[in-house]
Amino acid sequence: MHQFDFSVIPQSLPFIWQGFLFSLTLTLTAMIGGIGLGTLLALARLSGGKFLSRAAAIYVDTLRSIPLLMVILWCFLLIPIIFGVRMGAEKSAMITFTLFEAAFYCEIIRAGIQSIPKGQINAGYALGMDYRTVMGNVILPQAFRNMLPILLTQTIVLFQDTSLVYAIGASDLLHAAEVTGKTFNRPVEMYAFAAIVYFIICFSLSTIVKRLQKRIAIIR
Amino acid sequence: MNYHWNWGIFLQQVSSSDETFLQWMLIGLGWTVAVSLTAWVIALVMGSIMGTLRTVPDRRLVLIGTAWVETFRNVPILVQLFVWFFVLPEFLPQDLAMWVKQDMPFKEFLTASIALGLFTSARVAEQVRAGIQSLSRGQRNAGLALGFTLPQTFRYVILPMAFRIIIPPLTSEFMNTFKNSSVAFAIGVWDLTFVSRQMVEETGGQVIETLAAATLLYFICAMAANRLMRFIESRTRVPGLIIAH
Repeated sequence: MHQFDFSVIPQSLPFIWQGFLFSLTLTLTAMIGGIGLGTLLALARLSGGKFLSRAAAIYVDTLRSIPLLMVILWCFLLIPIIFGVRMGAEKSAMITFTLFEAAFYCEIIRAGIQSIPKGQINAGYALGMDYRTVMGNVILPQAFRNMLPILLTQTIVLFQDTSLVYAIGASDLLHAAEVTGKTFNRPVEMYAFAAIVYFIICFSLSTIVKRLQKRIAIIR
Repeated sequence: MNYHWNWGIFLQQVSSSDETFLQWMLIGLGWTVAVSLTAWVIALVMGSIMGTLRTVPDRRLVLIGTAWVETFRNVPILVQLFVWFFVLPEFLPQDLAMWVKQDMPFKEFLTASIALGLFTSARVAEQVRAGIQSLSRGQRNAGLALGFTLPQTFRYVILPMAFRIIIPPLTSEFMNTFKNSSVAFAIGVWDLTFVSRQMVEETGGQVIETLAAATLLYFICAMAANRLMRFIESRTRVPGLIIAH
């Protein structure tokens, strides 16, 4: 059996922390951008406009049926070709994850909006509100409350998926663990450590979400 | 945009071997399918067992099932892959560890299949549990009242219904397995992602052709998985019980 030496972990903590901060930044950027873009996509899919809803549906269905790794590679390799500028792996990852996660958030938000009875929209219009007011002040606040647990669960999945930036060499938590593992010649300990860190974060978050789910009553 | 299009690239020979890039892609497709299908079999078997364990009266068995699901669900697939590949062999006795590291046949393929299979099994287990819990309690009681043992009740009454109910969510898990198999490149499986990265390098940057081909092949895999599951769904439908789509 291997002689484990976990003294490498305190030594590498500052570097790991940097990696973790990037994973966190990437997650939050993609969450905020993804929910924003996802809301627009959901509204487009639900709008009566034939072209608009079709275009949104194609965008969402396409991204949902190809591997995230392929999307990461597309963005990273294609942006320099189209725009002629080299973009760092970190920036490229932020754009990719926002665009990709928007497709997944869109479907959650769409279901959330559809869970609100149609009568409420009509009631809003009957009161003389316009589309923006009905959506912004009546439908979306209730929809977001209903789907909060699912949105958060999707964000935990997103946090796990950020480890895939490994493919383009962006320095996230996993990459930091790998690099320090190689530097100190202790790759085994560092991979194990990374797995434990991911587990603790995701397990605690999903436990919190489960509690939240019990407390939030679904509005119908 | 200054890009040199060359769709004929697939018929060109790879400089270091006697294969064409098209053959490379097909080899990549082969390994992607092999890893995904092997992983799916593992996921179905382990997921069914663990999902069922979470619904039995014995507390200890429930705990085992829960621990299994939480472990494999809360660590990213890529990290799990590295743990299986680099960390776990270190826990084996020395001779076995040496054999695993050096002589084990299809080491990368087997590791990727097991890692992806167990990762997916946690998701399958959640669906199986949800399917079982969606059945009315009367079904279990009726089985027991007829003199079936608990295992028999599961085998002949509960599971045949539960599996039919969860075919739609299992369909998307099956499609996800193909998508998630793309991480296998990281430990050196010659899958579509590995071949794509290799091909972009070898061709000096035919990015669009390469990624378009790989993306299309992934898409076809996911669609084939979808069709297969839909076929099974239509063949196993319980008349009058499950609403037709």
